[in-house]
Amino acid sequence: MRPGSFLGQHILNSPLIRLLLQRLGISFIVLIGVSMLIFVIARVIPGDPARIALGPNAAPEQVASLRAAMHLDDPIVVQYGFFVLDVTRGDLGKSLYTNRPVTVDIVQFLPATLELVFAAGIIMVGLGLPLGILAARYHGRWPDNAVRIFALLTVSAPSFVWAVILMLLFAFYLPLFPIAGRISDIYEIDRVTGFMTIDTLIAGNLVAFQDAFSHLVLPAVALSLSGIGQAARLTRANMVETYEKPFIEMAQAYGFFPSRIARIYVFKPSLIPSLTIIGLDFAAMLGNAFLVEAVFAWPGLSRYGVAVILRKDLNAIMGTVLVIAITFLIVNILVDLLIAFLNPRIRYSTRVDA
Amino acid sequence: MIRTLRIVGQNPLSLLGLILVALVVLAAALAPWISPFPSHNGAVVDFVYANQGPTARNWMGTDLVGRDILSRILYAYQISLFLSLVVLAIAPPVGTLVGLLAGYMGGWVETILMRIVDVFLSIPPLVLAIAMMGVLEPTLTNAMLAVTVMWWPWYARLVYSLARSEREEGYVLAAEVIGASTAHITFREILPNCLPAIITKMTLDMGFVIIIASSLSFLGLGVQPPTPDLGSMVAEGARYLPDSWWLTVFPGLAILVAVFGFNLLGDGLRDLLGVDE
Repeated sequence: MRPGSFLGQHILNSPLIRLLLQRLGISFIVLIGVSMLIFVIARVIPGDPARIALGPNAAPEQVASLRAAMHLDDPIVVQYGFFVLDVTRGDLGKSLYTNRPVTVDIVQFLPATLELVFAAGIIMVGLGLPLGILAARYHGRWPDNAVRIFALLTVSAPSFVWAVILMLLFAFYLPLFPIAGRISDIYEIDRVTGFMTIDTLIAGNLVAFQDAFSHLVLPAVALSLSGIGQAARLTRANMVETYEKPFIEMAQAYGFFPSRIARIYVFKPSLIPSLTIIGLDFAAMLGNAFLVEAVFAWPGLSRYGVAVILRKDLNAIMGTVLVIAITFLIVNILVDLLIAFLNPRIRYSTRVDA
Repeated sequence: MIRTLRIVGQNPLSLLGLILVALVVLAAALAPWISPFPSHNGAVVDFVYANQGPTARNWMGTDLVGRDILSRILYAYQISLFLSLVVLAIAPPVGTLVGLLAGYMGGWVETILMRIVDVFLSIPPLVLAIAMMGVLEPTLTNAMLAVTVMWWPWYARLVYSLARSEREEGYVLAAEVIGASTAHITFREILPNCLPAIITKMTLDMGFVIIIASSLSFLGLGVQPPTPDLGSMVAEGARYLPDSWWLTVFPGLAILVAVFGFNLLGDGLRDLLGVDE
């Protein structure tokens, strides 16, 4: 036996690596399906894509040559083949709206959306889980009811309504936060990561960081509100279930402090189902970013997405949706790995059953 | 039915939900008779009263061309409820059928169907609807189509996971042993046991479809003006914050009230029918 193969065998036996490979495989199949779905949606468009691209005044010869260049005269399966080939080469075509390659646009606008969604995700976990723990500990008493009503209220309005209400209250009536944008015009920040809060720190400009941070607060809170409610509800429901398990009764019989029982013995096993939902909420936030970015004039991918949709800019629409789907798939793989890591039954197992 | 209503009535929150839903449904149904200015449902202008805050004449103020906001909200409820009902008349049966087949039959049927469902679920729901509305003309019918296409996979996944656990139950085995057909087992044995979860989800989804539909029209991708829609009313008014706050706040609260009602009701139903979250 060669030593290298032993090492390879060992890595493959690690449940986390095997889970990762399995998830990557499934995601790849799903991604092919997503590309087909996007392609079908794009081809449903009424009218000639070449004509739309060139505008109503173009000569018929121009339209014909663009049709040939876009492979529009080929059978639909061949067209799909060319689409996939281009995508694998990192070529998403040219945007009619900005007149630049779609990939360049996406690289410019995606970080702003990711920054917003990640900030909202942190708020969601940071507030949602503690609220859920609180409700479960005081099950049936007033904190439980208060959290329940709060959770139901937050999921009962679209995020653009929360965005408008927050803006009205905390930007206009109480001018605590800026009204729109990512950073005040007076700051010139070199773009490194595209995350404004990180780039200002890299530039060492703490005043600009504070400015970027305060721009981020209201949009991120508006985006996270319904997620907070959902995370709190689920954590509560799972914890209430865990509280009825015999090992909790034992911990109580040993006289452990209720707060310790809540935090360690009940919360940890209840966290796993909550995490799955948090992954789904992340997907919802990628969609709701379209609404929040519109209200706060946040220069992200979603605002770009709406602009290109209103102009029927086909390449840009397909590219935007594809990138959002890939982002979502990556986040879901990360959530699955986190769940596997947190779950001792998977972490210490030699087989992957999940 | 009456017994169900009585039990719902014992929980104050569920009762509140029931009242809110009843109010919204009545408001929509009676809009032509109870709205102060029924003609403001369309392209009407009344510049004398344009852009005024709440007054005794216009309880929720008027929009930029003088139309009564309250009247327009009542008519917008009609559109929202109609759209939700259509979506929930199509998406749940389709999803349930797919989920039942995949969950009970297993094998390659399960693999193919659930991979298709995975594809739909791997694009954030609103993004899928936005992308579809991006290539379709923004009309009410197309909005219904887009929301239905994004909605059925959620029922497929719900029913699939239920059907898969029901498949292992003794009563299914018993039916198989006496030679019942696949159709009989899926529809007469397994489906009835999935119904409480499906009904609960449909009640909650009445509200969530309203949210998605208003989000589409907020982005200008749904019902077009002058037809009143809660989402487009908020979008139009958002440009005139903070001065003309009534343009956005009242339509926004109208969404909140309707969806909150359906959520409270669905939540009560969930406890009543013993459905897990």
